[in-house]
Amino acid sequence: MAKGILASFDYLDSACDAIEELRKAGHTDITAYSSYPEHALEHALGYGQSPVRVWTLVGGLTGTATGFAFTSWTSMDWPLITGGKPILSIPAYVVIAFELTILFGALSTVIGLFINSRLPNPIPPVVYDPEFSAGMYGVYVQSEKLDTVRAILQKHEPEEIREGAYA
Amino acid sequence: MAETANLTESQRRGALTHPDVTDHAEVNRDILKMLSAPGKGWWALFGLAVLGVGIFFGSWFWQIYRGIGVSGLTSPVGWGAYITTFVFWVGIAHSGTLISAILFLFRAPWRQSVYRVAEAMTVFAVMTAGMFPLIHVGRVWHAYWLIPYPNQRYLWPNFRSPLVWDVFAVTTYFTVSAVFFYLGMIPDMAAARDQAKGLRKKLYTIIALGWRGTDRQWHHFSKAYIFLAALATPLVLSVHSVVSWDFAVGIVPGWHATVFAPYFVAGAIFSGVAMVITIVVPIRKIFRLEAYLTTKHFDALSKLVLLTSMIVFWAYLTEFFMAWYSGEPPERQMFWNRLFGHYWWATWIMLICNGMVPMMLWFKRVRHSVPALFAITIFINIGMWFERYVIIVTSLSHEYEPFAWGVYRPSIVEMGILLGSFAWFGFWFLLFTRLLPPVAIAELKEVIPPKLRGKKSGSAPATDAELSGDVAPAPAGD
Repeated sequence: MAKGILASFDYLDSACDAIEELRKAGHTDITAYSSYPEHALEHALGYGQSPVRVWTLVGGLTGTATGFAFTSWTSMDWPLITGGKPILSIPAYVVIAFELTILFGALSTVIGLFINSRLPNPIPPVVYDPEFSAGMYGVYVQSEKLDTVRAILQKHEPEEIREGAYA
Repeated sequence: MAETANLTESQRRGALTHPDVTDHAEVNRDILKMLSAPGKGWWALFGLAVLGVGIFFGSWFWQIYRGIGVSGLTSPVGWGAYITTFVFWVGIAHSGTLISAILFLFRAPWRQSVYRVAEAMTVFAVMTAGMFPLIHVGRVWHAYWLIPYPNQRYLWPNFRSPLVWDVFAVTTYFTVSAVFFYLGMIPDMAAARDQAKGLRKKLYTIIALGWRGTDRQWHHFSKAYIFLAALATPLVLSVHSVVSWDFAVGIVPGWHATVFAPYFVAGAIFSGVAMVITIVVPIRKIFRLEAYLTTKHFDALSKLVLLTSMIVFWAYLTEFFMAWYSGEPPERQMFWNRLFGHYWWATWIMLICNGMVPMMLWFKRVRHSVPALFAITIFINIGMWFERYVIIVTSLSHEYEPFAWGVYRPSIVEMGILLGSFAWFGFWFLLFTRLLPPVAIAELKEVIPPKLRGKKSGSAPATDAELSGDVAPAPAGD
């Protein structure tokens, strides 16, 4: 059972300031909530590159390889000349390879996203407030030193603070 | 922490495209209100759509029962209204991806309000288009032969055929655009979930997949979205190119031209953006979204229509010029026949609706008049259907040997299916406007300036002048 504090902020800059101060104070287990992708929050939390890009690249390249391999293999499997074209008509197969690059790349991006952001998540959220999807910014901190966390959060004037033990 | 106070460029510009929307919670209220109980107008339209869907499937079942002979398709015109309508709907689909992916990569500040509608249009238009090859093949129970699958006789499709390319292009397009559509909707579904009650809450909880809007989720989400947009951009250009190669790879006079791919892509975007306007005008009216869909959006959309109209008209002229310049009698005869032959009326509808009517958009007064835009885009929708009809039917009816020439006339069954396809599209679209938020909530918030407390010592939020970018915003940090 870890203990944590959830604060709701009306103002974006207050939430960012609170996060930055918490990080300076050595707290690392911080989660921020917002209703839209806010770069200022990501910046405050110090994010680097998302590994989703690797999924896109690998998926795309797999698609290209599959496209060429599949068309070539099926042509060789039953070598029948049609339209006087070579059995291995690479230029014609570019279209298939291209489409599969996009298809595999896109699907693998989605898989990468789902794995990295823990989706789908059927467990009802405990640390959450419906206001976060409306317009509020949320900051949740898990820590052993809850008193200092509360003090830092209070300083930035949140609208609401909730405290409790969460699984 | 100057990072938050300095509004990003898109936020500043967004503040200019939606000057009357300033609060994030207000966006949720306004957009999610659209999902409440439908009015009489919606039920009337929905009833009409259900009737049309009945005509669609009724006509199709009649064709399955009696055979493809009930259509007007016969030698020499083997591709008629079905393939015309297929190309028409695939073309309609294109602007959705243009607005959601290409304009996203270009950071066009006005796309947020229209993109969800455009994307839904893409998905439903591809769903509609996808029915037509199935209808056209006649024996629909053999349609799975199009798909490569391991079978007892070791037979595989001919991957040199543009028709097989088309199967890959259209199925990929449908899959990717549906995924893109769904992914963009997850955060909005979470917003709907948090406010809904009862059965709807259960439904949205399932669709939202447990989205919480944490920093980690948004971080990966934003990146995944960019990559999907980057993949969808070449895809949208490829799909209509592949559709055009269904024709251009053949040696039929009037089809065998290298200009076809760019010509088809421009035509697709032209018809699609026109269709977006046709759809958005009533939605804006019914749901009172004037604050979200301003004249600026219509202005931007109509400029796109105007640009693509000129590209398409240029392509028409190029085709006629090349036919004359080639010195080839069959090619020359073909294009003469288009203008003055049996199907002269179709060609002139195409030229007037696609080349001349949109020229009215040069005038700002027309671009800012919603009724005028609605009327013009209806003309474009008609013109673009006839463009495909002209390309397909006039070419096939005067193919090679004069003794084999013929005339094609769509039968009542084909007309029913064409009409029904609009109802089928409308059916899904109407359901969409009632079940899913038709305006992207999260994306809209990205361009609405966030609430800032301003200087740490004081508690006044940033002023309006700062938010709209008229003056340099004051740094909020210490």
